[in-house]
Amino acid sequence: MKLAATAGMATAALGTNRLRTALTALGVIIGVGAVVTMMAIGAGAQARVAQQIQSLGSNLIMVLSGSITAGGVRLGAGSQPTITEDDAWAIQRDVPGVEAAAPVVRGGVQVVFGSSNWATALQGVTPEYFHARDWAVASGRLLTWDDVDATSKVVVLGQSVADNLFGGSDPLEQTVRIKQVPFTVVGVLARKGQSARGEDQDDTVVVPLSTAKKRVLGASQASARSVGSILIKVGEAGRMTEAEAQIRELLRQRHRLQPNEDDDFTLRNLSEILASQEAASRTLSLLLAAVAAVSLVVGGIGIMNIMLVSVTERTREIGLRRAVGARRRDILSQFLIEAVFVSLAGGLLGIGAGIAASYAIAYFFQWSVLISWSAILPAFLFAGAVGVFFGYYPARRASRLKPIEALRYE
Amino acid sequence: MRSVRPLRGGARLSLIDARGLHKDYPLGDHVVHALRGVSVTIDTGEMVAIMGPSGSGKSTFMTILGCLDTPTKGHYLLDGRDVSSLDDDELSGVRGRRIGFVFQQFNLLPRISAQANVEMPLLYCEVSARERGERARRKLEVVGLAGRAAHRPAQLSGGEQPRVAIARALVNEPILLLADEPTGNLDTRTSAEIMAVLQALHRTGLTIVLVTHEPDIAQYAQRILSFRDGLLVGDEPVRERREAAAA
Repeated sequence: MKLAATAGMATAALGTNRLRTALTALGVIIGVGAVVTMMAIGAGAQARVAQQIQSLGSNLIMVLSGSITAGGVRLGAGSQPTITEDDAWAIQRDVPGVEAAAPVVRGGVQVVFGSSNWATALQGVTPEYFHARDWAVASGRLLTWDDVDATSKVVVLGQSVADNLFGGSDPLEQTVRIKQVPFTVVGVLARKGQSARGEDQDDTVVVPLSTAKKRVLGASQASARSVGSILIKVGEAGRMTEAEAQIRELLRQRHRLQPNEDDDFTLRNLSEILASQEAASRTLSLLLAAVAAVSLVVGGIGIMNIMLVSVTERTREIGLRRAVGARRRDILSQFLIEAVFVSLAGGLLGIGAGIAASYAIAYFFQWSVLISWSAILPAFLFAGAVGVFFGYYPARRASRLKPIEALRYE
Repeated sequence: MRSVRPLRGGARLSLIDARGLHKDYPLGDHVVHALRGVSVTIDTGEMVAIMGPSGSGKSTFMTILGCLDTPTKGHYLLDGRDVSSLDDDELSGVRGRRIGFVFQQFNLLPRISAQANVEMPLLYCEVSARERGERARRKLEVVGLAGRAAHRPAQLSGGEQPRVAIARALVNEPILLLADEPTGNLDTRTSAEIMAVLQALHRTGLTIVLVTHEPDIAQYAQRILSFRDGLLVGDEPVRERREAAAA
């Protein structure tokens, strides 16, 4: 029998009891809608983590100065200036796989331009820093070694600082004051957005390392060469663990630590933190999708239930069709197509509902959602599969009815 | 009517040739012997009535004639072909191409038009949608319902519904029309109308077998087969055949 004719019969049969058909499809609509929505939420969370990794820069290790103990109170990582610029250069030179090792000093400052001012974090860096963080300028230029060597009073602004101090006007070549020192704005950094911890990474000003130490933050008491941290970029993700171990070994040697002494610095694998977040968000989205899939299966059971009722109700129709020449497989395909019609129609509506729900969630809860074909298509196919799976048993039952008994069914 | 196949030339072959038909049904612990050896032949172009009290086996016999079931024992040759051992799909094919049924309840599908009801058997015969429509229209004309094609069964009168059922039975150009108590639910006047339609079809050469428990309906046929207790107990021609006024 022709598919078009069967499809016509299926729609006619479904149309005869519209409320029932709609309620049956509702189970699938909710199921598919839930799958699409949950996958959009999951994908949104993953995309957010991926974007954070992107903004931080990939394959990063951070070395922080060690902690000091003052009167029994340990002051935490970075409180004692134990690492130096020279440590950074040694790491860059001696540890294989390290692309860049950037010494960094940080401090809170008030930046003044004309009559406006803004509190932000100042970072004193060398050009390696921009490489390590994959950070480019939106306008102007980055800092150079000439700036560092000459202790130039030049500054590169983060986007947030530029926005707050200059509003819409061009900050390039303007002069801002940091701790009474005039700095010339030579560049504005590209926007990075929020970090994994929710900090605004664009709320910063970047000056040459030498200038930061001599003009702004003041050289450390311990050593004029000391820095707060070293940001290290490793070339390949696969060499991170190896590089981490070698950096630790190198620093212990340079700091002349005995085997029984603790490290006087802290190593942090930043990418690892994000990778674990990524894994967590992937697990979460998988879980969400699985829960949603359960509701789709429940919808499928609804289809099966109604199809069984329908087969019983239409026993005489089945008998009649068999009597006028329908083969078993004609009856089977008729009922199967009905079930698949319901599930696919429910699937289409469910996709619409899921997209609408995703946008609603994004709008009302400010969650990031990501709707993709790679979520929608499997959900739709899964709905079809549910229709086939749960429609098969009732359809088979219909096809197995004996024609003469079906005809005489009261 | 062009639809009926011509008689085969030369040797006269029976359209229906039943030889020693038995049918047993399991019922609980024991077995019901619905048919206990029935042999009969019916020739092309005959109009035969089957009579008998309930439980006599007449319905079971009809079921086997219509290829809705197969005999437990014995052979049934339809148009020279032994159909008593065909499988389910083959039986479907025989029903769909060679046999037309009119059921007591008419069994019209309530949600679709008379036209669609008549077209329905052709869905299973690889016939194009256009040809289905055309053939169904022709058969509705034959039973005098050309103007009622778009109506649903519920919108048709008690006399029109059986006509739709007859048109449906004819749409696949069967060589045998089987009617199971076609007047069972009809008043006397409508019954006469329906028998007139069947007689008109018979005059065109169609072979018709009808089951009835009403003696006066059986008088419209040429020959009466009587069943009792699973056996054929009477096979007589109708001496004073009733002729219904043409519909």
